[in-house]
Amino acid sequence: MSILEVQGVNKRFGGLAALDDVNLSVRENTIHAIIGPNGAGKSTLLNCLVGKLIPDSGTVTFGGRSLIGLKPYEINQLGVSRVFQTPEVFSDLTILENLMIPALASRDGAFKLSPFKYLGKEADIRYQSERILEDVGLIDQRHLLASSMSRGNKRRLEMAMCLVQSPKLLLLDEPTAGMSRADTNNTIELLRTISEAHNITFVVIEHDMHVVFSLADRISVLSQGHVIVEDDPQNIKGHPKVQEAYLGTVESEG
Amino acid sequence: MLAKLLNNKDTMLVIVFSLVVLAAPLLLAPLGAGYPDLMQRFAIFGIFAIGFNILFGLTGYLSFGHAAFLGVGSYSAVWMFKLLSVNIVPAILLSVLISGLFALVIGYVSLKRSGIYFSILTLAFAQMSFNLAYSVLTPITNGETGLQLALDDPRVLDGASTEGVLPSPQLFGLEMNDTAQVPFLGMELQFNVGFYICALILIAAFFISLRIFRSSFGMMLRAVKSNQTRLNYTGINTKPYTLAAFVISGMYAGLAGGLMASMDPLAGAERMQWTASGEVVLMTIMGGAGSLLGPVLGAAIIKYFENIFSRINDNVIEAWFTFLPDWLGDILVTLISPFVGKGWHLSLGLIFMLVVIFLPGGLVEGAQRVSRWTVRSVKRLQHSEPGSSKSLEPGETH
Repeated sequence: MSILEVQGVNKRFGGLAALDDVNLSVRENTIHAIIGPNGAGKSTLLNCLVGKLIPDSGTVTFGGRSLIGLKPYEINQLGVSRVFQTPEVFSDLTILENLMIPALASRDGAFKLSPFKYLGKEADIRYQSERILEDVGLIDQRHLLASSMSRGNKRRLEMAMCLVQSPKLLLLDEPTAGMSRADTNNTIELLRTISEAHNITFVVIEHDMHVVFSLADRISVLSQGHVIVEDDPQNIKGHPKVQEAYLGTVESEG
Repeated sequence: MLAKLLNNKDTMLVIVFSLVVLAAPLLLAPLGAGYPDLMQRFAIFGIFAIGFNILFGLTGYLSFGHAAFLGVGSYSAVWMFKLLSVNIVPAILLSVLISGLFALVIGYVSLKRSGIYFSILTLAFAQMSFNLAYSVLTPITNGETGLQLALDDPRVLDGASTEGVLPSPQLFGLEMNDTAQVPFLGMELQFNVGFYICALILIAAFFISLRIFRSSFGMMLRAVKSNQTRLNYTGINTKPYTLAAFVISGMYAGLAGGLMASMDPLAGAERMQWTASGEVVLMTIMGGAGSLLGPVLGAAIIKYFENIFSRINDNVIEAWFTFLPDWLGDILVTLISPFVGKGWHLSLGLIFMLVVIFLPGGLVEGAQRVSRWTVRSVKRLQHSEPGSSKSLEPGETH
């Protein structure tokens, strides 16, 4: 059963076709990786899924609902969370507050005017946030400002912020970009634990083949704006088209 | 129960704040600022700055047009005095309401942009209001003369005054300019009705702002300042949050404007000029944007400079140094005089620069640093233990 369907999506920037008739079908409760060389359109595709960009044509449906034209917060309210390439957290707020915001967003919706209700009285939200912080191992630092964290921990925090919303679909934009091998392995471990513990579908955009092949159930290879192959990991590895896209031929390289 | 209440940091803060505000005539008299007119201004601008801080301090949206709401509040209040009654209650309610509506419209349009473009839009709206008040809207604003009470005003509830004296604003019979003068330790303490009304409203305004700071709504506003992108992808629609903050702060400004007119039933367009908008920005930044007490502190300091520092002339300085030899006294007078009297802007500017460069969190941050340093020194004296890093409960701001 597919939870996310992308059909015939096109997106042009001036004369450049960033996405050219892209099709993608993500099955529920799987980890679906999107790989491809630089400039293949991976980020553009992700931006079309979260409402940052509107495709010129084509359809994007999530759980049977079209996402075209919806704002990022509306898409999040439907159950789609995202992790950025460089972690985006609320640096001036404490780690616990960073978790309480998404928790409140899931409970109260996109806007709720309750200017006089003490935050201290939101015991449920706090409990929920602290439980997730325990899971990702940040509970001891919960009263520190997020700006004081290392980049690796910020990534963890951002992941926790998505998890506290119990999303149906979690989009990750190069979750291990710029990480050391050890941190990368920790992240892989974290993602695996999460996908086993929660019923979350993952779409992972990734550069690092090691990450992709240790995580993904299914892989789409994007090159020059279109999906050249969509298959299981074992079939992707030796696929001639994939090798061509990554290594190129002598002519196209020049 | 009481002990528990007193243990709560916020309750203590409100209590201490209230005591200090209510004791203002006593505390300010030695500083030469204990007269009703100035104390009223402290309180009114305190309210104005507290409201401004809800927008600027929490969301980071810098409005350069908040004086427009102050002006609108003043005009509404004076119209209420003219048409309905010189009782300040309906006047102030109308000020808050009208400025809130005004803020809703201006905020809705201005918040389509952020950063410098937002500031420019608010500035443009305020200057537009200022110029309209002088030209097209003269029937409402009475142009350059300013809107004031007249003998032939209808005053439906009071009945037109026939005695040939202009009535003064009052609260169920308590006239704003009633002042009890009490001699105390060689000083003359002035307890003024108008000031105490402003003071009570200031305390209420402070309490409301505290509740907003500590609520989930306040946390969302701080998140807007911190990372709006993240907030959008977290399922929060930031527009209504920022608009609500804008309207609330506009209502605070209207309240301040209404109070201003209640203390002195006159409303002029100059109250809406951009310099007045800039002043509240200075107050907030100087005291500490985003802190609870900062804006009130900033408002008090700027108004103190404007009213007291500006009155110090060469004769006053000479009087300070009469105990010194003449030549030394002359040198000191020459050195100090550019910074006081008409030069008060110079000292204010210098202080502002120092604050912005060395204390980005304003004077409140300065006070916190001093107190933290003191606590640490005391601890170090007691036992050499490393200080724990700063940790905060949710909703608490530093």
